[in-house]
Amino acid sequence: MSVLKADGLSKSFRRGGLWGGGISHKAVNNVTFALKEGETLAIVGESGSGKSTTARMAMRLLDADEGSVHLLGEEITSASGNTLRILRKDIQMVFQDPFASLNPRMKIVETVGEGLRVHRPEMNHQQRREKVAETLALCGIGEEALDRYPHQFSGGQRQRVGIARALIVEPKVLVLDEPVSALDVSVQAQILNLLKKIQKERNLSYLFISHDLSVVRHVADRVAVMFAGRVVEQGTIEEVFGAPRHPYTKMLLAARPIAHPDQRKENNGNGGLDREGVAESGCVFRLRCAFAQDDCAGFEASIQSDESEHTYACLHPLDKS
Amino acid sequence: MAGHSSVNTNTARSLEVRELSLSVPISGEHVEAVSRVSLVLKPGRVLGLVGESGCGKSLTAQAILRLGEHQGVMRESGDIFLDGESLFSMEEERLRRMRGGHVSMVFQEPMTALNPVFSIGSQITEVIRLHLDMDKGEANTRALKLLHDVGMQDAEAVLKQYPDALSGGMRQRVLIAMAMAADPAYIIADEPTTALDVSVQKRIIQLLRDLQRQRNLGMLLVTHDFGLVAELADDVAVMYAGQIVESGSVEQIFNRPAHPYTRALMGCRPEVSEPGASLPVIAGQVPPPGNWPSGCHFAKRCPLADTACSEPISIDAWSDGKHQARCIHAEEKLPGLEVAL
Repeated sequence: MSVLKADGLSKSFRRGGLWGGGISHKAVNNVTFALKEGETLAIVGESGSGKSTTARMAMRLLDADEGSVHLLGEEITSASGNTLRILRKDIQMVFQDPFASLNPRMKIVETVGEGLRVHRPEMNHQQRREKVAETLALCGIGEEALDRYPHQFSGGQRQRVGIARALIVEPKVLVLDEPVSALDVSVQAQILNLLKKIQKERNLSYLFISHDLSVVRHVADRVAVMFAGRVVEQGTIEEVFGAPRHPYTKMLLAARPIAHPDQRKENNGNGGLDREGVAESGCVFRLRCAFAQDDCAGFEASIQSDESEHTYACLHPLDKS
Repeated sequence: MAGHSSVNTNTARSLEVRELSLSVPISGEHVEAVSRVSLVLKPGRVLGLVGESGCGKSLTAQAILRLGEHQGVMRESGDIFLDGESLFSMEEERLRRMRGGHVSMVFQEPMTALNPVFSIGSQITEVIRLHLDMDKGEANTRALKLLHDVGMQDAEAVLKQYPDALSGGMRQRVLIAMAMAADPAYIIADEPTTALDVSVQKRIIQLLRDLQRQRNLGMLLVTHDFGLVAELADDVAVMYAGQIVESGSVEQIFNRPAHPYTRALMGCRPEVSEPGASLPVIAGQVPPPGNWPSGCHFAKRCPLADTACSEPISIDAWSDGKHQARCIHAEEKLPGLEVAL
């Protein structure tokens, strides 16, 4: 069963034009996905691909222009006020920059316990404090942290605090927006291990937003690859990383950092030029695609399926290798 | 060479950091942040200086251009020699010409390193005319050529554009063009691809490698990213808490990392892990300047540490030819590569 389901999400923003006007730009275009219980679905893409906008719509931090979101079977797209607040208890977010997302003037016990005031109003001060201590402990932060302020913590510890704050109301779904991008690699490993452990213990479902394919390969069960506001390919990690069918996915995978100097490749003859640009019509990737043909101009594909099968939005997919 | 400069006996062409110690002001006190760091950068070679945030790698790199001093960074001891001449004995005018001339720098932030109110053309020609005796026309021609050299399509149009019209990758190309403006012999590249998308990163890596080879540049590549080191470096120095803890050729470091810190750092990368498996981690955190242990700086986090590690340890405590590690337990079985939370 899917715990979080998005159907045909779209969102436009206006760009340019100081007082209105400007050009409307579709940041997210007809995105559909389903997150199953206990799994990690990664949304991967480069900057401007619409992955964060999608995440924000999925948890109603941002209203979609079109499409719907179901959380645990309930439509949340049109929920408001109290209903929305109650629904939010089941879906919480962890942000990239743990420092920017923690109030510098609030003690850790207040920051982490904030959600309890809203969702567990029956708890008294002492109960809240105990619950905070317990949740922090789960995240590897000792009790001595309760009365400290965010600046007294390192980046990795702050991210642990950020995770504890999301967990305190015992959600079913965590939306993790680049949760390890700002961290050093040794700290990143600690946080990834922690997320894995908590997921197992609490049977949590993760929507994991990232630009980092190595991290995604490590943490996710399934992945949706976004380019220019659309999902261009989705499937299990083995399918998408093992035999990518969409040329954009293949290009992204080829651009991954190498792990050893033996893997150095000499220049591949494209002159090192950046091919930029997004097609206004037809396949969004065709201007950058080495396999584009004439019929790509008339092909406007979004992945409609939210099933776990391997799907890709391409007229001339790469062979299964 | 100015007669009163202190002169290195080794006059071969090189950029040499020798036993450099730097301190930074923390709560009103000067605290050592870089501890007796030695590096040798030769023309035609890429030296990767790698470490996590706060290890002192950027402070070291900035010291080579004598930057950071206005922010209170102080040299405590040691020296830097540019082709044999001490940077700290150089007069202000020579220093100014050296910066961006003989030695230039590419920074991490392509978004902030360009001035938004001047055109790309005027910013590049400004650098050219600062270092080379050229009139406006000649400088313009050179700017155009530089943009071509860094793979910029439609260079003529780009000259007239302002930074906000360019993507991150294009801005980084402009900054690299500016760094090449006065035909430097050495280039300091501080996280040159960190702020870029992966597909753009790869192309900037190719560009840097091409330029470095064509121009026989000596490049100091400062980064936290072993992937970038694997792509570009010939030699590697690993920094931890202000010290070089291991150095050697890129093959030596990747094939046979010796220091427990290097080994752990390389082992915890998700790209070398089994999907889904727990990653090996280094327990604890980097001690900040002022809180370094008297002996090995890594001892508190090291599963191999014993009482002998509380004595100062020299960089050649373990060595195999040019491969050195500041460790008396190098290569011993490392239980720390098991998983911990």
